Amino acid sequence: MTDLIPQLNLLLPEIFIAIMAMFILLVGLFIDDKNKHISYGLSQFTLLCAGLITASIGFSQPQFAFNDMFIFDSLALFLKMMSYITLSIVFIYSKKYLFDKNLLNGEYFSLSFFALLGVMLMISSKNLLLMYMGLELLSLSLYALIALNRDDKKSNEAAIKYFVLGALASGLLLYGMSMLYGFSGSLDLYTIGNVIQTQNINSEILVFGLVFIVVGIAFKLGAVPFQMWVPDVYEGSVTPITMMISTIPKFAAVAMLIRFLFQGLESLIVDWQQMLLIMAILSMVIGNITAIAQKKIKRMLAYSTISHIGFVLLGFYVGTISGVQASIFYLSTYIIMTLAVFGLVILLSSSTKSIELIDDLKGLSQTHPWEAFLMMIVMFSLAGIPPTIGFYAKFSILQVVVDKEVVWPAIVAVISALIGMYYYLRIIRYMYFEKPTKKINIKTHFPMLSILTINAGGLLVLGIFPKTLMSISALAVGGSL
Amino acid sequence: MIDLSHFLILAALLFMIGVVGIFLNRKNIIILLMAIELMLLAVNMNFIAFSYYLGDLAGQIFVFFILTVAAAEAAIGLAIIIIVFRNNRTIDVEDINQLKG
Repeated sequence: MTDLIPQLNLLLPEIFIAIMAMFILLVGLFIDDKNKHISYGLSQFTLLCAGLITASIGFSQPQFAFNDMFIFDSLALFLKMMSYITLSIVFIYSKKYLFDKNLLNGEYFSLSFFALLGVMLMISSKNLLLMYMGLELLSLSLYALIALNRDDKKSNEAAIKYFVLGALASGLLLYGMSMLYGFSGSLDLYTIGNVIQTQNINSEILVFGLVFIVVGIAFKLGAVPFQMWVPDVYEGSVTPITMMISTIPKFAAVAMLIRFLFQGLESLIVDWQQMLLIMAILSMVIGNITAIAQKKIKRMLAYSTISHIGFVLLGFYVGTISGVQASIFYLSTYIIMTLAVFGLVILLSSSTKSIELIDDLKGLSQTHPWEAFLMMIVMFSLAGIPPTIGFYAKFSILQVVVDKEVVWPAIVAVISALIGMYYYLRIIRYMYFEKPTKKINIKTHFPMLSILTINAGGLLVLGIFPKTLMSISALAVGGSL
Repeated sequence: MIDLSHFLILAALLFMIGVVGIFLNRKNIIILLMAIELMLLAVNMNFIAFSYYLGDLAGQIFVFFILTVAAAEAAIGLAIIIIVFRNNRTIDVEDINQLKG
């Protein structure tokens, strides 16, 4: 305990975010409705500072703190930086929409920061206890965020559904954790891994615990067959909150998957590979096929998310470092695409009339040519058509799967991606080749439109130069596995 | 003599009752909360039994954290149920069915 200060240095970003979350909540009480942008500015400032603090820790070797509960490695650095940037963009996109709906208050920012704190703890945890606490901090904040629009019946229903299924999932995860603890005698993931490797414990019992852990992770990712909450929650919550749910928790779930399966239980690889493969295939096929039948944009995007998660899981299924690298690369591009598409949905929805049905997009190119063009780029990228980044993401996943010399998952992935193309390209057809049915009349919000242009343009630029993002994600994974 | 396996079987039974309670319950949301609580308590029993038989305190410390989080979870769950009741004037599971597709 003599060297507490250097240990605290590793946790500075977390401590800073926690303090600022409480401070922003307090500030929110004292400002009136016209000065809501103060909380917004403070939040962006907090994210900037947290980014600088995290960058100042830097990375060389993995560093540990608090009896090895807390780990800071290159993967943690990468995922944390991505979370800051993502949350910052979420705030930029949601500001005007939430302000018009009178929901842009201190609670929104404060709860978002607590959710971010949970994500950061999960990214950096090497211990079952810290993992559970991070998970609960994230989930409890999200329950409250989904119910943020208190007078809306749909958002209440989404909150209660997410609450019940989320609590069920964390219960299952805890049961798995208790099994791991019971059969290894430790809460530390590395120690558990060592014990499993050295002492030949009855692996059937361990697999019993492993199943529960994988179910908990799959629920957080929203992979089939644990996807029931995804469409309802996406549809029910306010669009900016949907954007948040579909981006930040995915970092946490992927970090949890890597910490558990690759750093803790890598000796059970044969067992969890099968589980991941089944979930990946089911997610891709069911996600893409069900999305075709959807009439509402947010429900369609929910099923599209499920299919993208299937691709991410397919990379993890391979079980090699290059597989994890491909998955992290896919996740990063998925996050950029999701931010852009939800940003466009928010931009096209005003406080009185919001875009809900896919049919509402008909003839968008005549009324809003630039927005329609951006939407087209994003749809191309989601469908995986070159030269957008979405193509390279799918390509790198398929490459690692084929390298493993198991070809049939790759074939299923390609077929399901082709099915998926139908509903992405249908939106482009509606926008460019159909007559408008409903007049979309929005006042263009220029700061947001410019950020969106950068975001959607980034999909093209990154697609032409995919090496940068690829090598960054490869570096992040390579340094910690 | 009561040994570890007895505790584990009891915990597994309680856990099953909790899970089945969530899926079979078609009436009241409050009963869902009770089922969730039962699941968490079953896990606690697992942890305490393991902790006692391993002679390791970490499991019992974990139980304190689970209890605290369960309390926070119940508070948020009840808060959500209150807003649901305010808008729908009912908390029947069957009447909450706006989101479909």
